[in-house]
Amino acid sequence: MPDHSPGAGVRVRDLTKRFGSAARPAVDAVSLDVRPGEFMTFLGPSGSGKTTTLNMIAGLEGVTGGEIRIGDRDVAALPAHRRDLGVVFQQYALFPHMTAAQNVAFPLRRRKLPKAEIAERVARTLDLVRLGDHADRLPRKLSGGQQQRVALARAIVFDPRVLLMDEPLGALDKKLREQLQIEIARLHRELGVTVIFVTHDQEEALALSDRIAVFNEGRIEQVGTASDLYERPATRFVAAFLGDSNAFEGTLSGGRLAGDGLDLRAPATDLPDGSRAALIVRPERLRLSGAPGSGDNAVSADVTDIVYQGAFRKVLIRFGNGGAGCVREAIGALSDIAPGDRVTVHWSPDHAVLVPA
Amino acid sequence: MSRVSWPLRAVTALVAVWLVVPTLIVIPLSFTDRASFAFPPKGWSLRYYERFFTDSGWLIALFNSAQLALIVTVVATALGSAASFALVRSRFRGAGALNGLLMAPIVVPTIIVAIAVYATFLRWGLVGTAAGFVLAHTVLATPYVIVTVTSALRTFDRRLERAAASLGATPWATLRHVTLPLILPGVASGAVFAFVTSFDEVVVSLFIQSPELQTLPVRMFSGVTNEVDPTIAAASTVVVAITTALILLPQLLRRNTDHA
Repeated sequence: MPDHSPGAGVRVRDLTKRFGSAARPAVDAVSLDVRPGEFMTFLGPSGSGKTTTLNMIAGLEGVTGGEIRIGDRDVAALPAHRRDLGVVFQQYALFPHMTAAQNVAFPLRRRKLPKAEIAERVARTLDLVRLGDHADRLPRKLSGGQQQRVALARAIVFDPRVLLMDEPLGALDKKLREQLQIEIARLHRELGVTVIFVTHDQEEALALSDRIAVFNEGRIEQVGTASDLYERPATRFVAAFLGDSNAFEGTLSGGRLAGDGLDLRAPATDLPDGSRAALIVRPERLRLSGAPGSGDNAVSADVTDIVYQGAFRKVLIRFGNGGAGCVREAIGALSDIAPGDRVTVHWSPDHAVLVPA
Repeated sequence: MSRVSWPLRAVTALVAVWLVVPTLIVIPLSFTDRASFAFPPKGWSLRYYERFFTDSGWLIALFNSAQLALIVTVVATALGSAASFALVRSRFRGAGALNGLLMAPIVVPTIIVAIAVYATFLRWGLVGTAAGFVLAHTVLATPYVIVTVTSALRTFDRRLERAAASLGATPWATLRHVTLPLILPGVASGAVFAFVTSFDEVVVSLFIQSPELQTLPVRMFSGVTNEVDPTIAAASTVVVAITTALILLPQLLRRNTDHA
């Protein structure tokens, strides 16, 4: 689709939203740059402010403070209908009294396009979401996945420079979700539109995004690629929210992290001596050995359980200090252990990350 | 339906009969060939319909009532719908009190409304005027519109309005193309109630009528108190036919769209 305008960047500065007299703002001074054409995901638990941030960008929610720019335009004062953004809602929000084609034509009619052009673009966009032969159906005669594809077509038919999606797959079953994830990725590629995608599902975020912004309690904890977030989490929250992790807490001092019966080598960090910190190691980065012991990059632990998960197995362990952890071993590289064994887990210093405790 | 037990069905049928039969009695009466209300009629004829549709007094009254009811329908539907939006969509102090006030014409005994309207209209010079009838009937009809439109608005999914805004629709376009079409069944049944309320209103109309301006129910009432004239039965049958048709209309339309 060469006639689609390329995506616009979105720049957010100190964006804040306070609802009524709530003690804590729902969105607390969020700043973020989404690059033109980027697929950015807002990931976080419910109530973390990700949807509120999206709604403020869309103009569907008033702003308490801060700045929103789309492309080179300050949109903070523009009402939603003049922002020219595509929005896909979780519950589809299709107009029930209009057919699929009429729903998709709606934004074009509002823009007073010529009839022939509307018909042509509606047909083309419905084909793009593979619903060409359902144009005359009312939404209630369509399945959930089909309804969401109509909603998607309706949000992109007018060539918005930014497409906002609020948990668009949340109401669908797993198989349909995966199918639509692929379609959304394809549309993003073909249209070149900037996408901001809200989800609480980390797998969805990892599968789709160029970059992910992790939200927690109204703030952004970290922005980065999937592997940045997974391999280099900046906070305890990010480490815990994305995948499993093993954490060892202690106090920093002279390049070492000590506490709770442990004395580990600390990776390079900006944190000052004397601050509390946690060493994070992902489960597949841990190695097990039968002999007990501990060292710079090793901790002793007891095996509590072993869970087979197909291509790998998960060894659940309890460290000497009582903390729980887990090790992920690929099938084919299994160590010879059983529940109840005393083992040593060790890791390469490159695979350990230090975050504030 | 099949799970409704037969005692419940019997009671329902009894209540229905009890409500409907008195109305239906006038229908055979209107086809009598005698100058009396004897029931059942001994012989049949259409002479009272002929009289109704040829007597200029009856026809003018029918025309007055129909015209008045149409104007009241338009005014009450517009005002009632606007009031419903305000009551459902905005939070303001005294919204509950305002709602009660707007509903008052249904709750307050009509005779009291009639006396109040009469006293006020005397001072304002509105007794016996078309404007007076429109005003009085609108007050009585608007609450029915508010009830139906309010309930339509409460079940309306406001996310559709957000979606419309995100798609470039101005608030006005959203109202016209999204909200109104979807609450239309509520607005339409409110309009039917408004029409019927005005069309068969008699108490207030009796107070503010004048010899020059009489509605059909007022003429029927005067007729029944002054003389024994089965034309009244014919007039009643006409009123029953019109109101029944109006009330059944939305249901028939709804059934059709469901099948589409």
